[in-house]
Amino acid sequence: MTSVTETVSTPARPEPAGLGRLRWALADGLTAAGRVLTKLRHDPTAIGLTLGAPVVMVLIFGYIFGSAIQVPGGANYRAFLVPGLFVTIAANILPAMIAMARDSGRGVVDRFRSMPVSRTAVPFGQAAATSVYGLISFVLMAACGRAVGWRIERGAVLAVAALGLLMAFQFAATWVGMWLGLVLGKEETAGQASILVFPVTMLSNIFVPTAGMPAWLRAIADWNPVSALAAATRHLLGNPTTPPGGAWPLEHPIVASLAWAAVLLAVFVPLCTRRYARPPH
Amino acid sequence: MTIIEATGLTRSFGAVRALSGLDLAVQQGRVCALLGPNGAGKTTAIRVLATLTRPDGGRASVAGHDVVTEPRQVRASIGLAGQHAAVDDDLTGRENLIVLGRFLHLGRRAARQRAGQLLDEFGLAEAGGRLVKTWSGGMRRRLDLVASLVVAPPVLFLDEPTTGLDPRSRAEIWAAVRRLAAGGTTVLLTTQYLDEADQIADDVVIIDAGRVVAQGTPDELKDAIGTRIDVVLEDAADLAAAAAVLAPWATGPAEADPDRSRLTVPVAAGAVTLPELVRQLEAAGLRARDVSVRRPTLDEVFLDRTARAAGPEVAA
Repeated sequence: MTSVTETVSTPARPEPAGLGRLRWALADGLTAAGRVLTKLRHDPTAIGLTLGAPVVMVLIFGYIFGSAIQVPGGANYRAFLVPGLFVTIAANILPAMIAMARDSGRGVVDRFRSMPVSRTAVPFGQAAATSVYGLISFVLMAACGRAVGWRIERGAVLAVAALGLLMAFQFAATWVGMWLGLVLGKEETAGQASILVFPVTMLSNIFVPTAGMPAWLRAIADWNPVSALAAATRHLLGNPTTPPGGAWPLEHPIVASLAWAAVLLAVFVPLCTRRYARPPH
Repeated sequence: MTIIEATGLTRSFGAVRALSGLDLAVQQGRVCALLGPNGAGKTTAIRVLATLTRPDGGRASVAGHDVVTEPRQVRASIGLAGQHAAVDDDLTGRENLIVLGRFLHLGRRAARQRAGQLLDEFGLAEAGGRLVKTWSGGMRRRLDLVASLVVAPPVLFLDEPTTGLDPRSRAEIWAAVRRLAAGGTTVLLTTQYLDEADQIADDVVIIDAGRVVAQGTPDELKDAIGTRIDVVLEDAADLAAAAAVLAPWATGPAEADPDRSRLTVPVAAGAVTLPELVRQLEAAGLRARDVSVRRPTLDEVFLDRTARAAGPEVAA
């Protein structure tokens, strides 16, 4: 605390017009993404969980539940399971939800909002950061999968297509998470709400074939967006899958997954950016 | 020059009126304190001026730009710190400032330089590389203030900048605010601490139930409600008798403190001289240990002006 001379300096640069504005928004998005990734780097617990989660999931579902689950056609359950676990990563909206609720509850969002920062770019940047994080998770899960007998059966091109589909879906799902985080507004509330997200992945074909479910439950599970994604992933990777059984999204899993992602983006990007830019309080 | 101007601002949250016709004018380079009880609308006023909350009615402009129609220009001229703006616990102090610098488009190198400069200037250089969640409350608050200075904004909003801080940390924040004001920054701060307003504010605006109930320099406000007479008696039993002696000059109810045998009476400025007072007390046969005529404290101004409307509290 010495002199004040330095403080009386650079005022904020005025926002440029036209293309310059777009460049600013891009830069803001990159800054927002960098911020999220820097935070993760400082958080060894989160990194540990990311590294550890695939192992735990493969062990619990692959060996504990898997020992009692029959896949139609007598295929290896773990080869059925691993693509499903990719989908649990893609559909995991919790990190985005909790991070946004935390920023919102602690006033970080308010600080950004009081600055000449593009209000659309910040959530976009955070979603992009989640994709980077997701990519790492997919790679780790694949490594775990390989160790327990899962393989890419239809070649690299379709495997990359599967990865692209998973990442597109995750990007879309992140917006649902960020919107929920903004609506809930507090880290604690978001933490409590996270239990409600769990059934969404359970009520699907991720862990078990839906054929054995009661008809009404099966209808819900078959139309669950994550079921289409799991079916599409299994299809592209050439892993054991369930017989389609009539539900349209499972008959056309790739189209259905893309459509679901498009719907989520179309609904939640505007909801989320509007809420970010202009909260009701 | 008026740099912050608000006319007839209104804003309700459901059934609660947080602002009901707030008028405000702050001159460039002044430190203005918004003073008021909980729920008076201080925070809402700041949020409207900082473009975080849209007013239901009325107009406001900051640095010549309307907060509703030109929010981007307003945001380029302001800094916000306090209750509703925060630093990131999961980043280091330095990273916090770099992120803000990059959001302000300083460029990578300049953002880094500026962060270092500010940390040095505010005595945070040593802690700068540690995660903020390991910092003390006072240091965080200082970082919060610093975070609003990454580009030196002409207008600074501080929402309860020292609430919950120890006296030493408060003094540090005050010193920083004084230095900023000396450098030409206009500061609008909210506070519940009257000594804070007395210490650092050039102007005080007392608001209650969403509107201004008094404003002026601290001295003007004190003079406006007259002077106070304090009488400390030998015997607490004489309090009532003393009150009766002073009653002809009193402009409000006397306040008796039996534990200290003290009586405080508000009177109009210059209504009575000290010798006259002592003579009257003697004539009534009352033995006083101490008699004084003084200016009211800002506390008394505050209580006098806000006592009438004790409205419902607003958390927002």
